[in-house]
Amino acid sequence: MIEDVKLAKQIIAKRIAKEFGNDQIVNLGIGLPTLVANHIPPEVNVYLQSENGIMGMGPAPEPGSENPDITNAGGSLVTVLPHGSYFDSATSFGLIRGSHVEYTVLGALEVDQEGNLASWIIPGKRVPGMGGAMDLVVGARNVIVSTLHTDKGKPKILKKCKLPLTAVKVVKMIVTELGVFKVTSDGLVLTEIHKDSNIEEIKANTEADFKVAENLKTME
Amino acid sequence: MFKKLISKEKFADLIKDDMVLMIGGFLNCGTPEALVDIIIQKKVKNLTIICNDTSFPDKGIGRLVAEKMVGKVITSHIGTNPETGKQMVDGSLKVDLVPQGTLIERIRAGGMGMGGFLTPTGVGTMVEEGKQKMTIDGREYLLELPLKADVSLIKGGSVDQAGNVIYNGTARNFNPIIAFAAETVVVEAEKLVEIGNLVPDHIVTPAPLVDFIYDPSQN
Repeated sequence: MIEDVKLAKQIIAKRIAKEFGNDQIVNLGIGLPTLVANHIPPEVNVYLQSENGIMGMGPAPEPGSENPDITNAGGSLVTVLPHGSYFDSATSFGLIRGSHVEYTVLGALEVDQEGNLASWIIPGKRVPGMGGAMDLVVGARNVIVSTLHTDKGKPKILKKCKLPLTAVKVVKMIVTELGVFKVTSDGLVLTEIHKDSNIEEIKANTEADFKVAENLKTME
Repeated sequence: MFKKLISKEKFADLIKDDMVLMIGGFLNCGTPEALVDIIIQKKVKNLTIICNDTSFPDKGIGRLVAEKMVGKVITSHIGTNPETGKQMVDGSLKVDLVPQGTLIERIRAGGMGMGGFLTPTGVGTMVEEGKQKMTIDGREYLLELPLKADVSLIKGGSVDQAGNVIYNGTARNFNPIIAFAAETVVVEAEKLVEIGNLVPDHIVTPAPLVDFIYDPSQN
């Protein structure tokens, strides 16, 4: 296992950034998914959408040029690129629910081999609310789960989610520091593996059943 | 044309115990903070607040919760305000969690004359409990119902004295939608300008939707 959490997150973010194509709309969740933005190749123009009402979100502002009226969905100060735009929340969720968003990248408490996702509540313990996550995973064309492979050794990729769901059968891809899984009609398939990992290690840390792709690639 | 300008006292008179309020803002960006201040000074009770999130305990909508003025909140996220969670657990605050896109669309439905709408969001989750399900072209949807309020409190970037509103950046969020959905709409103007100084093409909320303008710099 890659023990360095910071490094593990970088591996995940770097891999996910390779998925995006030119002029696609992408929504990145709070935390680990936000790191993906740092790895998008400069030649690829992605429109980062923020559900509080931005298309074409830019990086954090330079010190001295912060504007309290330009924030992301996590409440952090951001910038908007010259080709960006602002809109209200109904328009923002019209973009999301109407399948105009190509990719949504978000974290998970649990994800399972059928593509079910649990990410918003631990009953009796943590009830933050679903925010925009339920709309995002139902509306976006592709749902990518970005997560550390285990929660301190406890598998997060399960046969069946136990926590209340965010949505049913929506996840298409799961990226962890150990590899990449795709959710297919034929079940969960490991398509890429990190160079420092191996199938035995992934099996030992994954509760879900999965197949190994015939053309298993090295995760980069 | 100046009759829409409202004093601190007159705004305080508008807000009463047990009212349903919609308040703009997304994690406090675009929340009419000066109007919230006045409500807090008046110490009203048992408000129902419809809002994106309950912000932070020391900011905006979050302060109304922390001051125990709220009996019920209809919102999409309470994670940044531990006080909301605490009062939910001790039973003093009822929290109705609604997916964000469904929440804003319910408000839009309420303000724009629709009896509800069908959304795929929440199908197969706790959100579908008690709701009518319909299948359209092979896909399942939930019937979601409209929301309305007694008073909507919005934050405008530039407001003219007729009540036309332009928003700044992401401070727009829920504001132009809640402006449709309440009996009475009050805008807090960050910058109040003379009529004719806003470009009609740029106006987001047309003046007749706004009943009162509050200018913190004149109070």
